[in-house]
Amino acid sequence: MTRTALVTGVSGHIGARVAIALAAGPEFDRVIGVDTAPPPPPSGEDGAVLGRTEFVRVALRGPDLVEVIRDADVDTVVHLSLVSGPGGGSGGRPAMKEHNVIGTMQLLAACQRSATVRRVVVRSTTAVYGSSPHAPAVFTEDTEPVEVSHHGYARDATEVETYVRGFARRRPDVTTTTLRFATLMGPRVDSPLTRYFSQPVLPTVLGFDPRLQFVHEDDAVEVLCRMARADHPGVFNVAGDGVLLLSQAVRRTGRPMVPMPSPAFRLVSGLARGARLVDFSPEQLALMSHGRAVDTAKLAAELGWRPKYSTAAAFDDFLRSRGGPGDLPRALVDWLADFVTGR
Amino acid sequence: MDDFQGRRTDENGGGRTADERLAELFAFLRRRVTGDYEVDEFGFDPELNEKVLLEALRPLYRHWFRVEALGLDNVPADSGALIVANHSGTLPMDALMLQVAVHDELGRALRLLGAHLVYQLPVLGHLARKSGHTLACPEDADRLLRKGEVVGVFPEGFKGIGKPFSERYRLQRFGRGGFVASAIKAGVPIVPCAIVGAEEIYPKIGDIPPLARLLGLPYVPITPLFPWLGPLGLLPLPSKWLIEFGEPIRTDTYDPAEADDPMLVFDLTDHIRETMQGQLDALRLRRGPAFPPVSL
Repeated sequence: MTRTALVTGVSGHIGARVAIALAAGPEFDRVIGVDTAPPPPPSGEDGAVLGRTEFVRVALRGPDLVEVIRDADVDTVVHLSLVSGPGGGSGGRPAMKEHNVIGTMQLLAACQRSATVRRVVVRSTTAVYGSSPHAPAVFTEDTEPVEVSHHGYARDATEVETYVRGFARRRPDVTTTTLRFATLMGPRVDSPLTRYFSQPVLPTVLGFDPRLQFVHEDDAVEVLCRMARADHPGVFNVAGDGVLLLSQAVRRTGRPMVPMPSPAFRLVSGLARGARLVDFSPEQLALMSHGRAVDTAKLAAELGWRPKYSTAAAFDDFLRSRGGPGDLPRALVDWLADFVTGR
Repeated sequence: MDDFQGRRTDENGGGRTADERLAELFAFLRRRVTGDYEVDEFGFDPELNEKVLLEALRPLYRHWFRVEALGLDNVPADSGALIVANHSGTLPMDALMLQVAVHDELGRALRLLGAHLVYQLPVLGHLARKSGHTLACPEDADRLLRKGEVVGVFPEGFKGIGKPFSERYRLQRFGRGGFVASAIKAGVPIVPCAIVGAEEIYPKIGDIPPLARLLGLPYVPITPLFPWLGPLGLLPLPSKWLIEFGEPIRTDTYDPAEADDPMLVFDLTDHIRETMQGQLDALRLRRGPAFPPVSL
């Protein structure tokens, strides 16, 4: 029997890497990548961005997905096409919701009809826990969010997870895995937070210093591949070990931090959003005030593996790719030390 | 700079020269400005706590309140424990002093479980996290105790800290006993702790409920100095303090599942409350007057 994996969201960075890694391994004979947009054009190296992966462009609505799954006898579905923000000029928030929620419903409906699908892996986000001063400091997989998010990405992810739970109930014979990823970080990640940390001056919310947690892109790909290759049913948090405080992360960038009162921060991020510089959604504003940390013990126990990059290491790797941290503050301290000790 | 060579520094220097201390200071500054330090998952920043936050409190602890800590042997040296203390004084100065006592006299970080209000406020919430504290909720309490930390809790909450001066040293109702359940689940000892002295720092003789409602605070106190003297009224009165850690109450004799038995939890909570009231009365007697005449 040939084994076939279907990877959605394959035009994105993580999706493409997962598809390539699965195609390179011995577990799958065939890897089909689907997305609503074509993958970026090949950039040299091995001729095609997706390597051995077959790309199929699908429409969100319509019978495309059902046909792909039926015709190819797909047995493993890796669903990565959750988008975290309304991309530039592609219909804004309604299109994003359509893509995330309706896209997942369509995919799960196709899986439910399939006689061959044995394993479904879905990418979610730790944003489903929200960010609140009333929540426990560290979320485990079974923590109920104190306040359910009413905004964008987190709400989409919550709805997606609801559909996945429904699917798992109706098809108990299919292994269903939900992965809640912390903020992705790394040289090739392009997200609101990486764009934020690339600015020359970093505004923060006065009086708040949130805990942030990152997962390195390499670790994210590794976890997704491991989940696609073997049965690991359940919901898992995925994050690098440890946390960074926002102030600490900003200091590591070596750039100036500008604390501003919460309303001013909202205004500035609104302007930046309007100018399409940094796209900060309401739940990211909450994150920038109250932060979030998750427990990853369940993942480590299930896989017998820990992410290679801690939160701090992932962030440092990202900084190195952007030309390394500025060293003005350090130089200032060195100068002061020399001055005081008279050398 | 030759003047500094070889000159001995104050009692904390432990034989180090001024140059060494200066080098240490700059190494500290360098770590701080480059973000090269670790915080735990609760946001606890041990270095900042030890070198800056506690340092700011030590003069109050040593010279203003002249705190004496007793019964230090009752707190385990390297395993988890739950310190249960009385709460008083209008502003949570007792929490800060308890933190200094546990850190400086016992060499351990105190992880307090604080009210929701603290974590809603800017600055305060994040300073609290940096000094190791977190929100009072079962998840955080269980997690800290499982990690073998010394966790502190004030079960009286606002009822204790905001009570009028006339009710000083009378323990208020304890909450739902959630702290007892957490201790049983983790199998760690409960250390009853009496704090004498905090009651007199801001004697609360009145309250302004409409203003409190307006500001969303549990109370806006009137003390003999506040608000009459403005910011000067925030100066705590220099009462003499004693902090006593009592005989630990073992919980590892129970099955962790018994944490869900409300009757057991209620009984144990009552027992702890009675123990603490007795401890508090004895300690108050031992201290004598709150403002002893200064002997020079």
